[in-house]
Amino acid sequence: MKALAARRRNPIVATLLLFVALLGVGGVYAVATSAAPAEAVATADQTAIDEGKRLYLEGCSSCHGLNAQGTATGPTLIGVGAASVHFQVSTGRMPMAAPGAQAPVKPVDYSEADVAAMAAYIASLAPGPAIPTAEQLDYTDADIAEGGVLFRINCAQCHQAAGGGGALTQGKHAPSLMSSSAQEIYEAMLTGPQNMPVFADTTLPVEDKQAIIAYIKDLQEAESPGGIALGRIGPVAEGLFLWAGVIAVFIGIAVWIGIKAR
Amino acid sequence: MSTTEKVGGKVATYVDDRVGSNRFLGRSLKKVFPDHWSFMLGEIALYSFIVVLLSGVFLTLFYKPSMVEVVYDGSYVPLKGVMMSEAYASTLDISFDVRGGLLIRQMHHWAALLFIAAMAVHMFRVFFTGAFRKPREFNWIIGIALITLGLGAGFSGYSLPDDLLSGTGLQIARGIVQAIPIVGTWGAFLLFDGEFPGTEFISRLYGVHILLIPGLILALITVHLMMVWTQKHTQFPGPGRTNDNVVGYPLMPIYMAKAGGFFFVVFGVITLISGLVTINPIWIFGPYTPDQVSAGSQPDWYIGWLDGALRIFPNIETVLFGYTISWNIFIPAVILPGIVFTVAAFYPFIEAWATGDKRDHNLLDRPRNAPTRTALGVMAITFYFLLFIGGGNDVIAITFDLSINSIIWFLRIGVIVIPPIAFLVTRRICIGLQRKDREKLLHGYESGRILRLPHGEYIEVHEPLPSKERAVLESAIESYRAPLPAPQKVDANGVRNKRYRLDVLRAKLSHWYYADDIKPPTREEIEAGQAHVAHDAALEAPLHEYDEASTVMVPFHGGILHTEGEPMSNKQQLEERGGNL
Repeated sequence: MKALAARRRNPIVATLLLFVALLGVGGVYAVATSAAPAEAVATADQTAIDEGKRLYLEGCSSCHGLNAQGTATGPTLIGVGAASVHFQVSTGRMPMAAPGAQAPVKPVDYSEADVAAMAAYIASLAPGPAIPTAEQLDYTDADIAEGGVLFRINCAQCHQAAGGGGALTQGKHAPSLMSSSAQEIYEAMLTGPQNMPVFADTTLPVEDKQAIIAYIKDLQEAESPGGIALGRIGPVAEGLFLWAGVIAVFIGIAVWIGIKAR
Repeated sequence: MSTTEKVGGKVATYVDDRVGSNRFLGRSLKKVFPDHWSFMLGEIALYSFIVVLLSGVFLTLFYKPSMVEVVYDGSYVPLKGVMMSEAYASTLDISFDVRGGLLIRQMHHWAALLFIAAMAVHMFRVFFTGAFRKPREFNWIIGIALITLGLGAGFSGYSLPDDLLSGTGLQIARGIVQAIPIVGTWGAFLLFDGEFPGTEFISRLYGVHILLIPGLILALITVHLMMVWTQKHTQFPGPGRTNDNVVGYPLMPIYMAKAGGFFFVVFGVITLISGLVTINPIWIFGPYTPDQVSAGSQPDWYIGWLDGALRIFPNIETVLFGYTISWNIFIPAVILPGIVFTVAAFYPFIEAWATGDKRDHNLLDRPRNAPTRTALGVMAITFYFLLFIGGGNDVIAITFDLSINSIIWFLRIGVIVIPPIAFLVTRRICIGLQRKDREKLLHGYESGRILRLPHGEYIEVHEPLPSKERAVLESAIESYRAPLPAPQKVDANGVRNKRYRLDVLRAKLSHWYYADDIKPPTREEIEAGQAHVAHDAALEAPLHEYDEASTVMVPFHGGILHTEGEPMSNKQQLEERGGNL
């Protein structure tokens, strides 16, 4: 204290004090001005959040807890983000009809507005991945071939090379991607639903996600150059077709030729 | 003589003067073959092999067996600019840039699958009818060799496009080679010229696929057919057919027309299917790189059972002197096929030993008349089918929403429990059918007509068997094998039996094979039985005479019962049944 007292009349002190005062005033002003529009948005959103909370308490809280803190039957939703809510609810996976290895896709019970409200409520609890913007979902300029390479490296081992889906252990499965929308694919990569790993923007940048979406969309829309595709799952379907169809036809023909001779 | 005949004669003479063909052709064209639809199954295999050869030649014109990395610049957009091997790029070119290439590729693949499937079906026919018995044991072994070579041809071809699926298959094949104790690692390095995937394997496999295996198959098919030719074809039992004759039609013109027509039918159906149904869409799977694998990767159907065995086998490994022995791969992928193909090849000798039968067999068994053999065949097919399900366990799991773990455990227990059940059930069915046949031979048909005799007794009228059916059923006498008697330690002259232990084993095997079979009646018993049946039927005769004389409508008269329809006179009934009651 003595040292401080000895220096308090130093000429530099006035300048320092002035600087601190200015910083304080400027800071308070900055906070005050920025807080005003945020509050305005907050009040506009508040209705959606309240509505979302009501829907949440009604449809989700029995498993995820009254404050989304999670229970023995469902994980916490704090920090999962709006993208996760949108993916799970808009594809019918949540709310789950019954406990099982994995939430199956089923008809959706909520309107788009309901889903958005619940997403807003969950997003209001803690920051998390947001619903992708139209700009993020625009894959028109993406490189399909690059997407194919990325798909085979990152996705094919579970979803199968043609995106037809594949089995995982204990009744879990990676679903078919043949009817998934760009938004669903993007949100799935972003949030890692069910058994899927998270492909955050740091590991799989936005352009790569767009390329993968472009490739999957191409798989969905592409015609089959070789004729009937047999599910594009390869040898199992081909073998079944051979035995149940082709061999049966040939035995029929052989019997026919055999009968004619009599 | 018409002009055509004159010209034909001149051509034949011209050729005969130079190669001496008339004598051979004159005899061969008249050669008689027996007739049955199941004798054409082998032909499907032969014809599909011809389609495979023809389409394969086309593919060699455009395929490049090279693992050199190139950048794809063909017309399939989703792969444009992707690095891939020249083998894969050239297969894509065949599919998208060569005119008719995709059709020929699909024909090659469908025909190859059909080739092996038709061989399998043909083998079933030969096995279940006992056509492999003396003197045809060697031809059976050639058949097994052909199927084995067929698997080799198929697997090597499946691996050539160097797409993601075929590369995954090769990686598994390499793992299997590595699992062979002591020599495995060296063997794998030898085959692949170093680490996987290396740069050599595709070109090595190419030589095997287009030269070595097809050459061997062609040679063995030739021997196979020559042996059928010289040994003559077996025939099913029937009227006038014996062990020493062949009843059928001559090669020219009947079988020339039939076989020729069937060839075009096979060719046509393969072309139709190849034009309509995709097989092996390699463009979807993408180029092979060892760091990628697709869910649902499967081998073609004929390797599926081995893949299934590999998938369901428990994970057992032993470390011995610092070396790991992977029983989990070695047993299902090396030992199992080794046992299966060896037992299959030697089966004719095993059965011949159990019967002690050294005669020639040109007349086929009806499957029911060899219950144990038939049951063994069904057991083998059941075992194969269960392993095949194992090969597609992931596809089945996702298609039917099942747990893959449950499927694996079901199969682990099932491959041990279900085939024996199939064996027992099949054998009982066969024995039941034998009983029915015996009954028919002794007592004829049940006509369903109840006759009241004058003293009030009711009997069901039996009818004698038609001659054709009787001939077929009587073949049970030919097929029947009594189990070998228990061997004696010393024979009647007091000489010790040196092979006593072996003979005990043989008698046990024979007992297991034949003890439960139903002994068919002797020809005398059949004769007596059929005569008795005729006597029964004769009891009805007065009725017919009466009705024919009067033509009065007496529907229920004399105890003949009807359950439906308008009342009919016995004469009308007679007419309706074509004159034989």
